[in-house]
Amino acid sequence: MYKAYETSFKGQRLNWGDKLWNISFSYVFLIVLLGVIGITILYSAANGSWYPWASKQLIRFLIGFALMMALAFVDLRWFLRYAYWFYFLVLILLIAVEIGGHIGMGAQRWINLGFMKLQPSELMKIALVLALARYFNSTTLQSIESIKGIIVPTAMVIIPVFLIIIQPDLGTAIMLLLTAGAMFFTVGVQLWKFALLFCSGAAALPLAWHFLHNYQKNRVLTFLDPERDPLGAGYHIIQSKIALGSGGIFGKGFLNGTQSHLNFLPEKHTDFIFTMLSEEFGMIGGVLVIILNLLIISYSYFFALRSASYFGKLMAVGITSSYFLYVIINISMVLGMLPVVGVPLPLISYGGTVIMSVMAGFGIILAVNVNRFINIGKDQG
Amino acid sequence: MNRDNDKGKVLISRSIALGVMQLFLLFMIVFRLYYLQVYQADKYKTLADENRISTRLLVPSRGIIYDRHGVILAGNQQNFQAMMIPEQTHSIDNTLNLFKKIMPLSADEEKRIRKDIRHNRSFVPIKIKDNLSWEQATQILLNSPDLPGVIIDEGLSRYYPYGDIMAHVIGYVAAVSDKDEKDDPLLDMPGFKIGKSGIEKLYEKELRGKAGNVKLEVNAFGRIMKEIELIEGTAGNRVDLSLDVRLQKKAYELLGEESGAVVMMKVDTGEILAFASAPSFDPNMFSNGLSIENWKKLNQDEKKPLLNKAVAGLYSPGSTFKMVVGLAALEGGALNTNKYSSCYGKMMLGNHTFHCWKRDGHGTLNIVQALQHSCDIFFYETAQKIGIAKIASMARKFGLGSKTNVGIENEKDGIIPDAEWKKKRFGESWQLGETIISGIGQGYILTTPIQLAVMVSRIANGGYAVVPTFQKADDSDKTKFKNLGISLHNLDLVKRGMYEVVNVAGGTALGASFNFNGQQMAGKTGSAQVKRISMRERQTGVIKQEDLPWKFRDHALFVAFAPYDNPRYGVAVLVEHGRSGSKVAAPIAGQMLLEALKLDTTDEPVD
Repeated sequence: MYKAYETSFKGQRLNWGDKLWNISFSYVFLIVLLGVIGITILYSAANGSWYPWASKQLIRFLIGFALMMALAFVDLRWFLRYAYWFYFLVLILLIAVEIGGHIGMGAQRWINLGFMKLQPSELMKIALVLALARYFNSTTLQSIESIKGIIVPTAMVIIPVFLIIIQPDLGTAIMLLLTAGAMFFTVGVQLWKFALLFCSGAAALPLAWHFLHNYQKNRVLTFLDPERDPLGAGYHIIQSKIALGSGGIFGKGFLNGTQSHLNFLPEKHTDFIFTMLSEEFGMIGGVLVIILNLLIISYSYFFALRSASYFGKLMAVGITSSYFLYVIINISMVLGMLPVVGVPLPLISYGGTVIMSVMAGFGIILAVNVNRFINIGKDQG
Repeated sequence: MNRDNDKGKVLISRSIALGVMQLFLLFMIVFRLYYLQVYQADKYKTLADENRISTRLLVPSRGIIYDRHGVILAGNQQNFQAMMIPEQTHSIDNTLNLFKKIMPLSADEEKRIRKDIRHNRSFVPIKIKDNLSWEQATQILLNSPDLPGVIIDEGLSRYYPYGDIMAHVIGYVAAVSDKDEKDDPLLDMPGFKIGKSGIEKLYEKELRGKAGNVKLEVNAFGRIMKEIELIEGTAGNRVDLSLDVRLQKKAYELLGEESGAVVMMKVDTGEILAFASAPSFDPNMFSNGLSIENWKKLNQDEKKPLLNKAVAGLYSPGSTFKMVVGLAALEGGALNTNKYSSCYGKMMLGNHTFHCWKRDGHGTLNIVQALQHSCDIFFYETAQKIGIAKIASMARKFGLGSKTNVGIENEKDGIIPDAEWKKKRFGESWQLGETIISGIGQGYILTTPIQLAVMVSRIANGGYAVVPTFQKADDSDKTKFKNLGISLHNLDLVKRGMYEVVNVAGGTALGASFNFNGQQMAGKTGSAQVKRISMRERQTGVIKQEDLPWKFRDHALFVAFAPYDNPRYGVAVLVEHGRSGSKVAAPIAGQMLLEALKLDTTDEPVD
């Protein structure tokens, strides 16, 4: 059967039936499972009500699901073709919200689409991965290992990161930077360059500190010592650990999380949703969510490695890394291992843009898998 | 093409490395989760409960204090306060304005209310006015449709129905101060009051009761979500006192405007029936918070209403001490019924003259007559014969010179001097002249009225060392007290002398005598000099007491018991600057004993 599938690639054309047959439904199942868990927790967060979060989240999830399935049917070469266009379009949107903010509409980070608020910075996570994948697809290892060869991709990263930092949205900027870093690492940029960057970064830290906003400085200081200000900046971390720790192994039961329902837990429907989940479902619930994410990530790597094309592989690794960063940063944050930077837990936290960008990412990974036998040349595009 | 192959290989190996790294980090998270949710779960469970459970103490009602017949001396009265819950009222201004129409609020009160509203969350009840009467509270309740969010809160406050006549015994309650020992979480409650003096302080532990508590689940903003657990407290125990409110009333009635003290007790049990120190003050003032003007007024009064003269006032016993001197001599064998002395109005010791109060002298008399006439010369000589040591020892046997430890604060020891005491106090040796004036209760000797009541009771009950108490006794068995070992014969002689003071012509307190169904009193007058009589006055004639300014007049004293032939009640009366024991103090003692005897016949619960 696979032989037949592979043969149909000879003509580099797949019909709809082939594509549908090759969508990984176990992968889709894992994603839906996480989505359902998310909606369940949001139902509890509103004290057992569909309103205001769970119902909206369901609609968004369904839209995101449609987007994912649609993208799964897209020809891989299409992503390659429009990678730069997409990147520039998002860059323009970023500049637009930036200018819009300066003109006096307030610090807007989003464009209202009616059913959701679109954050260009969130779209950039996909756009940058696509653009970098296209760039590295067309270059040589020699170029990648040279200094000159990474100037252009570095610029492609720095410009949107800068725009997002001044929004200010430190969390997203760091995620973009780390996602790009993962891709640079994957394509073979020498480790000493990372070491060099790391050292110069550390040296520039005091300078960077100077440019941080006060609330950002507070978050870092509070992370280092939550007891510094237990009712102010440290409150989130302390309350999160109390809610989580008091959940124990089995949790307090669905709708029975005392700390979250009594509002001791802040942002329980967004950034701290993992805490609420772990309070009500205990370590068992928490570990289940981690394992589901672990499976999704493992699947994604499997799809990446199975892909015949360099572009497909790199794109899948980039998107997976971006997703991984969401998960690891959010959970580390609520467990008090990282400063509170405002990164949601994808598929579970309430929030439209994240669902869209993450589902789009999954759609692309599905497409990479569907198109795994397509070979894309270095000079294609 | 070779390089392109390498490029693909690098991508694969680096992807695997990246993937492994990411999976490893996810595992780390699981360990952290384990650490928080399993290893530290107990700690966080405790913290979670601390977060959400707020324990509030329920103040127990304070024990009631009764007199010996069950009359309430200190009780609790309901008091009401009006509170407002800002979130339940539509407009704070409107509600306050309407409230003011029913009950005026001062500008200060309104300022405080608005400040409290600003500083609290909108569901926290804010006090508008407290100490409301039942009438005021119902008036507010009647208008409650117009006063949304206004509620009436009930509380208990301490109330002393007898006010000033009980103040020096019962004491009062007041807010806990920093000096008080904080051995009970109740003491940290705002507005909680504890006994600060008198019985309220003495029986604080019994009266206070045990706090109950209510465990409430609160949310992050402090709003109460539900009641988790309610543990009822225990009300304070009732305290039954030995006092008889009717005698107490009588004592204050008799003292009138005078400054003084009356202590009356049962001679067999030591139960205190009346305990008065005048003038007094209204303890309700203290439990509701004393104003500065009132405090100043009380403190500056020359009659010292805040001083408990019955235990903290020190006075020379004067002639009331003569029984002690007589007994010391009788017991020591230096005196008996047949020993007579002659009084010519004065006696010489070296070049010093000691005068009798009667300038012309009493002639020849024995111990009984000497007591009856209160002859000074007789007791000068007696004291000189037996010496200060024996006098002091006998005085101590009768409870003089040391605290009775009846439980009222600031009680004083008084002084029963002897050679040793003087050496210690002044570093000087004892003089014979000092022994002589000690014979009539002057000199260094200082006693409190309650000590004098104890002394007369011990004489009356046949030499049992009764101890005064405010606790109602279950029986009247005096033999549970130590017997002082004084011969009944000698005691009878002294008692006979006291009988004649009141009931036989020539006695110093003849005017105070009564005969109630054949029951009579026996007693002894005394007056304590406040100002020494100088040589010049002796020559030019002693200034009459009435002509002296109030504060230089002698203190008037009288100790007595009744009935003479079967003593049940002992009393000591002191009237500061009352001039004459026989004219001022004796009638008070007489009236007190008569009242007690009358009440005896109708000894049933009242009110």
